Amino acid sequence: MTGKLDDRITFLGRRLGVFLLTVWTSATLIFIIPRLAPGDPIAAMIARMSQQSGYVENADKIIEGWRERFGLNDPPTIQYVRYLGNLFHFDLGYSMASFPATVSVMIGRALPWTVGLSLVSILATFLIGNFVGALLAWQKTPRWIKLCIPPTMIFTSIPGMLAAVALLYIFSFQLHRWLGLSAPLFPLRGAYGRGLEPGVSWSFILSVIHHGILPVTSIVLVRFGYWALGMRGMMITVEGEDYMHLARAKGLRPFYILYRYMIRNAILPQITGLALSLGTMVGGQVLVEIIFSYPGMGTLIYTAVRNQDFPVIQGATFIIIVGTATAVLLIDLLYPLIDPRISHQGN
Amino acid sequence: MTEPTQTSPIRDEDKLDTTTSPESAQVYDPDNQDSSQEQTSSLNRWDTPWFNWKLISGIAIVGMIVLIGIFGRFLWDTELVYVGKCPLNLPPVGFENSRGQTGTWAHPFGTENSGRDMLALTIIGAPNSLLVGFVAATIGIGIGILLGFISGFIGGLTDDLIRLLAGITITVPSLLVLIIIQSLVEQIGLFTMATLLAAFAWPGPTLVIRGQVMSMRESGYVQMARLSGASPLRIMFGEIMPNLLPFLAASFIGSVSGSILAAVGLETLGLGPQRVPTLGGTLYFALEAAALLRNMWWWLGIPIFILSLIFMGFLLINLGLDEIANPRLRKATE
Amino acid sequence: MNTEASLPSSTTNLLEVKDLRVYYETPGGDVLAVDSIDFELKKGETLGLVGESGCGKSTAAMGILQLVHPPGRIVSGEVRLQGENLLTLPEGEMRQLRWTKLALIPQGAMNSLNPTMRVYRQIQDVILTHQTTGSDKPDADQIKNRILELLRMVGLPERIYQMYPHELSGGMKQRVCIAMAIALNPSLIIADESTSALDVVVQRVVAQTILRVKQMLGVSMIMIGHDMGLMAQMVDRIAVMYAGKIVEIATVGDIFNNPGHPYTQLLIESIPSLKEQKPLKVTAGLTHDPRHPPPGCIFQLRCPIVTDRCRSIAPKTHLIRAEQSVACHAYENTDVARTI
Repeated sequence: MTGKLDDRITFLGRRLGVFLLTVWTSATLIFIIPRLAPGDPIAAMIARMSQQSGYVENADKIIEGWRERFGLNDPPTIQYVRYLGNLFHFDLGYSMASFPATVSVMIGRALPWTVGLSLVSILATFLIGNFVGALLAWQKTPRWIKLCIPPTMIFTSIPGMLAAVALLYIFSFQLHRWLGLSAPLFPLRGAYGRGLEPGVSWSFILSVIHHGILPVTSIVLVRFGYWALGMRGMMITVEGEDYMHLARAKGLRPFYILYRYMIRNAILPQITGLALSLGTMVGGQVLVEIIFSYPGMGTLIYTAVRNQDFPVIQGATFIIIVGTATAVLLIDLLYPLIDPRISHQGN
Repeated sequence: MTEPTQTSPIRDEDKLDTTTSPESAQVYDPDNQDSSQEQTSSLNRWDTPWFNWKLISGIAIVGMIVLIGIFGRFLWDTELVYVGKCPLNLPPVGFENSRGQTGTWAHPFGTENSGRDMLALTIIGAPNSLLVGFVAATIGIGIGILLGFISGFIGGLTDDLIRLLAGITITVPSLLVLIIIQSLVEQIGLFTMATLLAAFAWPGPTLVIRGQVMSMRESGYVQMARLSGASPLRIMFGEIMPNLLPFLAASFIGSVSGSILAAVGLETLGLGPQRVPTLGGTLYFALEAAALLRNMWWWLGIPIFILSLIFMGFLLINLGLDEIANPRLRKATE
Repeated sequence: MNTEASLPSSTTNLLEVKDLRVYYETPGGDVLAVDSIDFELKKGETLGLVGESGCGKSTAAMGILQLVHPPGRIVSGEVRLQGENLLTLPEGEMRQLRWTKLALIPQGAMNSLNPTMRVYRQIQDVILTHQTTGSDKPDADQIKNRILELLRMVGLPERIYQMYPHELSGGMKQRVCIAMAIALNPSLIIADESTSALDVVVQRVVAQTILRVKQMLGVSMIMIGHDMGLMAQMVDRIAVMYAGKIVEIATVGDIFNNPGHPYTQLLIESIPSLKEQKPLKVTAGLTHDPRHPPPGCIFQLRCPIVTDRCRSIAPKTHLIRAEQSVACHAYENTDVARTI
């Protein structure tokens, strides 16, 4: 038994090591890359300010002051060490563009929206996709269903962002005009209606759902085909198995066979896929968020890029990378629980 | 995501044993009216796996776009792709825009805000998108083959290192890093972008190839090659590579598709090559100019349509290749 | 193919198969997997179906059970179970007959058990599916007891009840399949190569289990296999198949002591013996392309006593003893006179 325990500890150690390495590499890369670029972010900021409001008094003093503030005058190595130390405390600094907001606060506001959207989308896609896949593979599905479904899977080939644009256009811009209504049926932007306060109230929750329908639909539409195909493949493999043969010989009811013998066996590998998908939850669907102006991490980073707000870019990217790495780590550790045949030895 | 379907080397299933009886004289036997062995077979000689309609239609679609790119230049004035060459905001032929102007055959796909012709944009932009994907995927596969073979064949510490690197690269959300990098670089060219994309495209093929090399390394025919004194290079390219081709093909197509996807994403955010017309870039300008609000659906719609065709084509090719490699999927739709 | 004179009245026969043909579609033409076979099975009798790989015996079983799937199809024939023709039954009624009257012990129990279901559940679902109406409906305790009883009958310990298939050995899995098959006291059990995938020791255990079960329940069986020696110990009559046709049916005694058909003779001779040393008998000749059988007797390419007549005219089945029929021209003039 001790042998097994040793294996487990070694495995754990290795996985943690990889995790830490990933995090550190990312942090370092994030630190280095912006500093390789030409240009001075502070000066860029001043330039932007002067664009907005004319000549800026004491530009030099301001620049100097801010350089002090952001520690840009210290040698790079010290900046690096300080940077790493801050990261450890999740002190991600101040946003340059939205000063005095801290990056952490901004991320804290945006992250839940991304996670929520991703979670709902991933689960919906998984359920719908596998269901469709099972239908496609089952012999007893009516032919008309089997004929109608494949065309819809064409959507898989469209990138999520484009589907988002299309849906936005049709449902938010045009639909109400075609129907002769005055107000749009679906909102154009945001996660909830203007003027509503976040909180546990019916109007808020309903508004969130209302605003979430189009983004979720875009993602589901372009992703479900992938699951459907995979499930269909698995179902076909299962269909050829010996236990299916015996199940039919046993005279069991068709629906029962579908559920207990086919789906239950076909879905196991799909669960692995689900776990991996959930790993990407933190990063979310950046482009879809941007199209819908959904206040998640995607929009946050996009806005930061346009404003050249480096602390935000760095902080958000870092958080996403850490989040993803954590998710992957957890999945690796928890997976043997799902499938007892996988042991913790090696890979 | 789910593992790619396990593809096995293509078997020649269609060659059936045809040992017929030497004496085939048919003697009429009144007692034995052993009747019809009905040849009701609906399958025929044309039913080889390569005539997979999915594969063919996929190749047809992608091929069509390539052809448009190559020959379009001769058939249409490509100067129209630059700013200010055409009247503004014209809709496609047969439609009317919000200002009451109708489309003309001079600009069948319409024009956009800065006077660029949409057809010219399609002719130049579509092949550019394909090119980016192709270059990125090629570099990625090149690295993949190299590292995959090294990793699989040599094993040990080198293998661990490569695997580690691949793992980290996969974990890091590529789009974000690309956004960061490209936002910092002022002007980016098409090939530079492709190279950057390749930096994220290599782990997939590397790991797949590595896996296959490792399992094939222990197989009979490789052992035989080793025993007969073949050099590792010969083993790699002579024995293992031919059996890897299905994987490589599927991996390559996937990489191309994924790279184009990433490229379009970056371009739409305005981070693509500025000087070169691309489909994603067109989308960027369209979004910036609030094309939706101005009801210029063609500005967004046409690039989206072309892109959809491209992705659909690659998807079909992928599905087709899957079916070839996994025979069970072929006749499964009943 | 013409059969012999009138059979005894069909009410004593549990199963009657007439002119059953099952063909498989392939790109080059139909494979005649089962090309017109006829036989009967009396109540309580065990028939062994033997032949080399690819002769069609498993397909014949699938034909009887109506489990033939594309690219295979049942082309013609009758399969009468207690008088009723199974091939004309609608799927719903056939499903009700399955397992209650007709059970299967499958080939390769390795994969025949659902890997995500515990043993008791797999036996349970059959009981629940078929006995859910009226006074037949058992309660949970009754079911549990019944399952434990079944496990005892096949010699498996009680702890198997809870286990998953992958925790069992090959022999144990096979015995679970046997237990499942007898769960509803079917009239007919078809055992499709149920000992073929096991090592010799386990084979013996499983074979004995089947015998014991047979004796306890008095169930009729069709046993499919290719090991003549093993068959001999377990069946009453043997039907020898070659290339989709039955070439001989006889009692075990007759098959071994007086094999009629040349193929049967070759099979008997090839069984290794502990007592005598004999050279390894290799059957000469090639098998034919299953899509294009030669006209005349299908065994002509490998028959040591083939004549020109064999090459053009298919032989009829001749009854050469009370319970032995052979399809060979050599017995043309030895039909035993039959009295009704």
